[in-house]
Parts: sequence; structure tokens; C-alpha cells
Amino acid sequence: MFDYSSYLRKGKLPHIWCPGCGHGIIMKGLIRAIDAMGWSKDETAIASGIGCASRLPGYVDFNTVHTTHGRSIAFATGIKLANPKLNVVVLGGDGDMTAIGGNHLIHACRRNIDMTLIIMNNNIYGMTGGQYSPTTPNGMGATTAPYGMIENNFDVAELVAGAGATFVARGTTYHAMQMTDIIKQAFKHKGFSVVEVIAGCPTNFGRKNKRAEGYSMLEWQRDTAVPLERWQTMGADERADKYPIGILHKQEREDYLTTYDRMAGFKAI
Amino acid sequence: MISGKHFMQGNDAISYGALYAGCRFFGGYPITPSTEIAERLSIELPKHGGRFIQMEDEIAAMASIIGASIAGVKSLTATSGPGFSLKQENIGFACMAEVPCVVVNVQRAGPSTGLPTGVSQSDIMQARWGTHGEHPCIAITPATVQEQFSETVRAFNLSEKYRTPVIILSDEIIGHMREAIFIPEAGVLPVIDRCKPVCPPSDYKPFSAVDGDVPVLANFGEGYRYHITGLSHDVTGFPTNSGEVAQRELLRMMRKIDANYDDIVQVEEYLCDDADIIIFATGAVARSAKDTVNVARSEGIKVGLLKPLTIWPFPDKHIQKYIGRAKTMIVAEMNLGQLTGEVRRATDGGIKIRSVCRIDASPITPTEILKEVHCV
Repeated sequence: MFDYSSYLRKGKLPHIWCPGCGHGIIMKGLIRAIDAMGWSKDETAIASGIGCASRLPGYVDFNTVHTTHGRSIAFATGIKLANPKLNVVVLGGDGDMTAIGGNHLIHACRRNIDMTLIIMNNNIYGMTGGQYSPTTPNGMGATTAPYGMIENNFDVAELVAGAGATFVARGTTYHAMQMTDIIKQAFKHKGFSVVEVIAGCPTNFGRKNKRAEGYSMLEWQRDTAVPLERWQTMGADERADKYPIGILHKQEREDYLTTYDRMAGFKAI
Repeated sequence: MISGKHFMQGNDAISYGALYAGCRFFGGYPITPSTEIAERLSIELPKHGGRFIQMEDEIAAMASIIGASIAGVKSLTATSGPGFSLKQENIGFACMAEVPCVVVNVQRAGPSTGLPTGVSQSDIMQARWGTHGEHPCIAITPATVQEQFSETVRAFNLSEKYRTPVIILSDEIIGHMREAIFIPEAGVLPVIDRCKPVCPPSDYKPFSAVDGDVPVLANFGEGYRYHITGLSHDVTGFPTNSGEVAQRELLRMMRKIDANYDDIVQVEEYLCDDADIIIFATGAVARSAKDTVNVARSEGIKVGLLKPLTIWPFPDKHIQKYIGRAKTMIVAEMNLGQLTGEVRRATDGGIKIRSVCRIDASPITPTEILKEVHCV
């Protein structure tokens, strides 16, 4: 039985997440992955932005910073460049990372600084009560999409791969053990790694889309997520409304700090 | 690090001042007329054990320097007008999380894109009130290339000592002017580093100000794990919903600056002792004003100059001591009266106030101010 207690700030529990929310499952996966890496708590820093997902760092016993909306990657960039010894993890929701923080997201992918980003994608702005986000699927409901989502949604994994991320993976909270392993693989990758985790929000996404129960959100993940190996054998018709999970893209490229220190002749003093 | 006499541009002097003060991280975004600061530090930082990064936007640049400072490295960003507007939310975060850092605003004419290469002093109020909510503020106004250097060192010192962002309000004239400056050897000017906790990590309360009102915050990675948030928080750093606690902590943050006026506020007082008329001016305008004082004195008119090097907190005490002594104060500024209003508040009818204002991106000349002296 895995003991989470040494990683949790128990005095800060219970957390703010609703019953059935997927974020707690991601928190468990994150803790297990950090434990598997053997990272020291003192040498691990976690940055987040604003939103339900971004409350996670308050509950875990590392060096944690809950920054401004959308800006956590830029804060983390400063942390990593100032102290490269720190293991830096950035996390946030789909709105935080792909809407208000979208510019920082794509440029972080391009720069390839050695840190890991976990995008906790529940397809909605949860904390403000269920407005559509850039990942709300076309046609689905939200409080600001009373006639259904009109805009097209981002495929986050495709977006970050296109922007140059050297490690791109997707998991779901239904496939919790695989998700944990994916996060661990992301940590092992030298360079900027992005893990999108599909998480359920029964309260604010589910209630608008006939999935108001936590299990119903999980069933949706079970029915729509497809392992990459199978995805590659599927035709376009079969792929409709589904998405691949697993390690989707991996590329070896020198990380930013190694390149900077070499090219700029950086001398530690 | 260079030292000795140099003929140098004002923006470069800020870069060397930052290096002298121990700044080892710069996150920036190109914007006229501040870009030379970034260019110089992109060359110099890696040679001094520091790192430079050009971020994707002004907001990210501000965020990156807060992050670097949290990890223990003195950090700088530099911008101008529109970029300063974009940085405001994260400046508020640095105030709230009590993260030392220095932000340079080389003022240009606005609003909006305005006159990008034209001088202005119209961000006096944005420096004070640009971010939302009540918050502490220190802002510095150098007027010579030498002061661009020395006031940058002082800005870092104040930032580290009081754990708050410090804004350097330079302007396009001082930023792009070239003058002779003298850079002292390392160790000549005082350089202050933030205090670090000495208690065992188990007893550590990051936002508890044990001695005075300034908390002792650990750097990330040094064994004191804690939480930083822009939410109202208690002494442990964790969010609180208590309005009472939020008020108590915010009042402490205000007090840590206000109660240290004498340490923070510096004003050059030039021939003010016997003056009937005192000119109040900062930055490039203070240079013209000094000429005006000399010319007026040669005409037998007793004129002096109050030149604040610290504009926030506002130098109330320095102004108020001339109530009942000087009859008139002439406020000269490249905006429509942002300083004038503050001087009027500080003097509360005790001195007659006149104003020389310009917003055409041209410098206020000594002759213009002298005309106003003749009108008194």
C-alpha cells in the first residue's frame, strides 16, 4: 500500500475539489511519480496558475508557488534558470494553460527548458462555474455556451507537439496507473515534457452534458480514450470523437540550459 | 565587473548598476526606449554567473524575474510605457508574495503606443497605482547617468531589505543620454542581501515578521519548504478567507515601507535653505531646473530645487519642512500635473503651488521654468 502521507500537507486537507472531480487522482499520480523518481522534497518546486487544478500545490509538501492566471510556466522558467538543480513541475487547467496562458505554453515548448508541465484538462472553467474553455468539445454545453460550444477546440497534445515540445503524452484519470507511469516518463525526459491528463468535472462540465456523476465522467474517458497502438490502426471514421493516449511524441534535443551555458560561455561564480 | 571612469549611456549604467548590486537574472522583452538594458545584460550576465532570457511577452518577463527571485537570485526586468502596463498584475503578485525584484520603466510618451521615442514622465501614478488593490510601493527617479548606476544599486538594496518590488522610473532622456560616470570598485557601495531564516524548518513561518515588519523568506531549494500564493494568506503562507487576517497582513506590508520613510526616501535639496521659490522636479526635468536655479540666483532671485530620488513613498516630510519658509513651489513635470497634485496634497495650502507641464515629448527647458519664476 503506497503511503501518500509524507507528501501531503495534511493540515490543508480536505481539498476544495468537488466529489467526483478528477484532480485528486492526478495528485495521487503526481506524488507516486515523484516518489518513483526519488526526488527530494527540498529539491522539487511546483508552480501553478489559477483555477481548480492550480490549487493542487497547496496540498503537497514541496517548494510550491500558486502564481497568477496563466503565468505559471513563466514563473517556473525563472525558477529553473535561477536554480537548475531544482526539479521543476508546472501544472494547471485547460483554461489556465491553453487560453490565458497559451502564449507561454507554446514558447515553453519551443525553448525546451528541462521541466515538466501537467495540463489537467477537464474541458471547462470549473472554479468560475462552468464556462467554455478552449478544450470544450464542439457542440457541448457550458454556461456561456447555452446553444452548445460554437468554437472549435484545441487538441492540446497536437498543439504542444506542433510548438516543439520534445515529450508529449496524454493520459486520463480513468487510466490512472498508466497516467502515473506517463508522468514518470515525462520526469525522466531531459527537456520540456508535456502531459495532458483528461479529468472529469461532473459539477460544472457534467451537469451541462448529462454526466453529472463522477463515474459517468470516467465512463466517458473509458469510451473515448484509445491506446496509441490501436489508434494507429484506426481509420478516420473510427477516430471521430476519440483520442489517443500514451506517449505520443518523443524527441531527443539538447535542453535550453545546456545550450545556453555552452553558447553564452556561462561561468558559475 | 568594470570600474573607474567611463563615458556611458544611461541605460547601460542601469545594467552595470544591476550587476554591481548582485543581479544575476534578467527576463525581458524588447521595447523602446529601454532595450539597451536587455542588450547589455544579454552580453554581461553569463560572464558574471548569471543568465539572461528574452521572454515571449512583457507579462512573462515580469513572471520570470519573480520566479528567479523566489529561487534566490536577484532579478531585473526593464520596459517602457505599454510594457509597464502589461506587467502590472505580476507586480501586484510580487507585492503580495513579498518577492524582491527590480522593474525599470524608461518612461516614454503615452497613452497607448503614443510617441515611442519621445520622453515623458507620465507614469508617476501608474508606478504607484498601476496594479489593483492596496499595496506598498517604492519608486526611484534618477536624473543623471551616474544616478542611473547608483540608484539601481540602491533599488536592489531596498528591494532585498524590504522584500518588495522596487520600480526605477527613468525616462527616455536619461536612458539615452551619454555622460561620464565613475563606477566604484566592488565593496565600496553597500550591497544588501535578503535575510535568510535561521530557525529549524519545522518552526518556520514564512510570513511572520519577527523583527520589524519584514518577513524572512527562504529561497526555494534551501530546505525550508513553504507555499507562496497571490491569495490573501496568513503567516504560514497558506490562503485565508478571513478578512481580518487579510487586513492585518496587508497593513503590515504597508507599514514595512511607510514606517521606514527616513531610510527609503532620498531627496537632493539644492540651495533650498533661504529660497523664496522652490522648484520640485525629477529626472530629466530636474536637470533643467538646476540650471534655472543657477540663472535665477545670478539675477538675485532666491530659488532652490527639491529633486526627489525616491518618488514613492512621496517625499511629504521633505516638502513639508519648507511650509512657512518658501512662498512658492513650482512643480515642473512632463505630464499634466501628476506630481503637482501630490505636492498640493502634501502642502495642504501651506505653500502656493505653480505648475509647468508639457506632454509634447520635448524636454522642459531651463528658460521655460525661469519664465514661471519671473511670474511669481
